[in-house]
Amino acid sequence: MIRAFLALIARDLRLSGRVGGSGALSLVFFLMIVALVPFALGPDLNLLSRIGPAILWLAAVLATLIGLDRLFQADEEDGSLDLMTAAPVPLELVVLGKVTAHWLTTGLPLALAAPLFGLLVALDGTAMSATALTLLAGTPALSFIGAVGAALTASIRRGGLILAVLVLPLMIPTLIFGVSAAQAASGGTVPFLVPLAVLAALTLIAAVVGTLAAAAALRWPE
Amino acid sequence: MRLSVDNLACRRSGRRIFANLSFALGPGDALAVTGRNGAGKSSLLAILTGRLRPDAGRITITDVGEASLPECLHAVGHRDGLKSSLTAGENLLFAQRLLGAPRLSPGDALERLGLGHAHDLPVAYLSAGQRRRVALARLLVCARPLWLLDEPTAALDTASQAVLAGLMAAHRAEGGLVIAATHQTLGLTDAAELRIETAAADAVLDVSEEWA
Repeated sequence: MIRAFLALIARDLRLSGRVGGSGALSLVFFLMIVALVPFALGPDLNLLSRIGPAILWLAAVLATLIGLDRLFQADEEDGSLDLMTAAPVPLELVVLGKVTAHWLTTGLPLALAAPLFGLLVALDGTAMSATALTLLAGTPALSFIGAVGAALTASIRRGGLILAVLVLPLMIPTLIFGVSAAQAASGGTVPFLVPLAVLAALTLIAAVVGTLAAAAALRWPE
Repeated sequence: MRLSVDNLACRRSGRRIFANLSFALGPGDALAVTGRNGAGKSSLLAILTGRLRPDAGRITITDVGEASLPECLHAVGHRDGLKSSLTAGENLLFAQRLLGAPRLSPGDALERLGLGHAHDLPVAYLSAGQRRRVALARLLVCARPLWLLDEPTAALDTASQAVLAGLMAAHRAEGGLVIAATHQTLGLTDAAELRIETAAADAVLDVSEEWA
């Protein structure tokens, strides 16, 4: 069972690195948003550093959505999903493996690159590391929530728009607590740990509910 | 394993495809499902794989322990489940690790189908017939008692068709089951034939065979 799980993660990681894969796509998209904001806002460093964490989080949410519609759709189209439903492992484990691989190729690189991109929006050291930490804790929730929408729209061609409409509202709590935790680190009335704990709780809830819901959506026969 | 299907009926988008379909297969048996385009051959296979919910009827399997029907079968159809950017070997290795019950190594399985040279080639570089042979090699990397083949000879040359006939004969000799939807003789010796007649004979339009 563990072998099938690891094989699934290894395959998805390998696919994202190959031609036509979505390996660096979300990271580049993330960089584009963050790089454009200073040009749009002008050279007001105080303003930039005040809204910097919010910009990074907003970019992370949008970057997660890129390519999310292909998470299950690609496997549905070529019949790989039939292979996965025929595997002697629960479909929930298949979903967990695919979402883990998705996070490893989108959320994790975003969190790791956040300190670097923080330079572009004039974040100081504390805010930079705090934002990276909140992204590390919060982006799994985005992947799990997105997986539910991806599973629901797996058999719909051009389901990207429906997917975004479905999952964006559900991502709002993660966004709120992610930004408030990052901002609490650089001063404020709330201690940093309180919103961070809520953020971690949101990730854990999304991991359980998202896995079960996505597997149920995929299992539903025609 | 034994498979028995009782009074199966299928309805897609409100249209009755077939009804009152019954058959039973024991170890070593083969069933050739025939019928004109749109008669419901692929729908029958889709019901067996669990992709499609039957309108009525019952499918029972025995002598397989706790495994469910999808866990006992290999399905090779139009959608081959191969990733174009992975090599043939990687595709088969993934199938082996995912499905369990390993038998031949991916290299040996490809060799059996005359594709030993394609082990390290991305599937995107292969022709339609070669792709189909890679999908058929999956039958050999994992041991499963029931083979569901949907038009298995599509795009295959005569030599590969003979290889496939040999593989099916060997599988049946080991007590395996084969269900094949086909228009051609597959070299399935003494196979039962199930001819699906369209339930609504007055339906003029062909129902699309595509698995929506």
